[in-house]
Amino acid sequence: MPRIARTGNEAMAEAMRQINPHVVAAYPITPATEIVMIFAGFVANGVVDTQFVAVESEHSAMSACVGAAAAGCRVMTGTSSQGLQLMSEILPIASALALPIVLCEVNRALSGPINIHCDHSDTMAVRDFGWIQIFAENAQEAYDSVLQAVVIAENMQVRLPAMVTTDGFIISHCMERVEALEDAEVKKYVGEFKAVNSVLDVGKPLTMGCLDLQDYYFEHKMPIVESMKKAKDVILEVGLDFGKQFGREYGLVENYKMDDAEIAMVAMGSTCGTARVVVDELRGKGVKAGLLKVRAFRPFPAEEIKQSLSKLKSVAIMDRSDMFKNQGGQVFTEIRSAMYGGANSPILTNYIYGLGGREISLDDIRKIFAEQKKNAESGEVSQLIQHFGVRI
Amino acid sequence: MAIKKMGWKELMPGDAISGGTAAEFETGDWRSEKPIFHKENCINCYFCWAYCPDSAILLDENKKVVGIDYKYCKGCGICDRECPTKKEKRAITMETERK
Repeated sequence: MPRIARTGNEAMAEAMRQINPHVVAAYPITPATEIVMIFAGFVANGVVDTQFVAVESEHSAMSACVGAAAAGCRVMTGTSSQGLQLMSEILPIASALALPIVLCEVNRALSGPINIHCDHSDTMAVRDFGWIQIFAENAQEAYDSVLQAVVIAENMQVRLPAMVTTDGFIISHCMERVEALEDAEVKKYVGEFKAVNSVLDVGKPLTMGCLDLQDYYFEHKMPIVESMKKAKDVILEVGLDFGKQFGREYGLVENYKMDDAEIAMVAMGSTCGTARVVVDELRGKGVKAGLLKVRAFRPFPAEEIKQSLSKLKSVAIMDRSDMFKNQGGQVFTEIRSAMYGGANSPILTNYIYGLGGREISLDDIRKIFAEQKKNAESGEVSQLIQHFGVRI
Repeated sequence: MAIKKMGWKELMPGDAISGGTAAEFETGDWRSEKPIFHKENCINCYFCWAYCPDSAILLDENKKVVGIDYKYCKGCGICDRECPTKKEKRAITMETERK
């Protein structure tokens, strides 16, 4: 297994090279530019067989991806922030047409004000479009998850598009050690692409995406509902199998020192790496602290989270974007909803943090855990929702 | 007649339906102008047949143009515009539906 030094973007581009998709249509945007730029280099140098479609916008990129996937191709692309927003008109069409497109997304704050650094507002803005969403903690997870996303999305029980995200600059531009698979291993792992429909098959003429009014639109949305239910099991199966084959196991969530934990943090993406350090530190001092990493945000692993959190006393839920609805961020909203109706629910507090790339340090996380300890001891919530680290 | 509508589990995957459904949609009932075919002037170049967006140019068993399928012809006039025959010997001319 080759060990290589790669940034998050390079790791994703490397995964794309080894997957060797039929079509990639993409438009550059910071901080995801490198993914498709490096991949375009692979195309130019003839190391992949991919048809690369250089388009004039992300709207066109996703449109070309939908067209190519509807023609029966394995399709990938990459984008970030405003680019994902420009794609958003087409994103729900990809899921409605059951096209297993895989998108390498780099989390970046939405304008305005204009900003190029990490938060999760871009990915959260497209969370309800029928796409699978997987958050990677580091470059290794990004690499592994892109490979798995192809298998998950193309599973005949699922057949949904999937995006794998890294945190802008923090992962996308940070060089780490990545254990890559051999080219032949990846080829075998992802296998041959199996098309369900092809609009170019003259032997079996069909129409996709017809005008669909009061009589059938509702019915055509139901396969997405069903596929998302099945996607949960498939993500788990694929994650377990990846562990068996290559030694790194994945799930919908990751429980870190959660078995006997009394207080915990729930986070997604790169912040989990920082939180682990503080959890270890607290454990060294005898504090029963844990971390729950949410890896799959869509489908949302409500049952798994409920199981992990129900025995705890106090939990800090970290949101790297705000919904501007006076009820906290997306992760908090989902988890509060998941915990409703359970016999035991810990104190849940929401920390909206790190907007526009604002750093979250070890000290910040120590402070948040200290607040959880206080909540756990007093049984009272000092502040339900706070915008952490903002100047007043 | 009431048509039984399919449930979602009966639908083809991927918002797809089998091809050829345009045959069930009669586009000829809201035409304001109609093409008239003059067989004696036709040179069988198939321009009208190739350009017609609704496949409404009728051919006989010998693949000769024989007329217009008014069930689907929506009177767009593309056949008349593309027909290369001379002004005094037109194979297709347009006339108003409502006189």
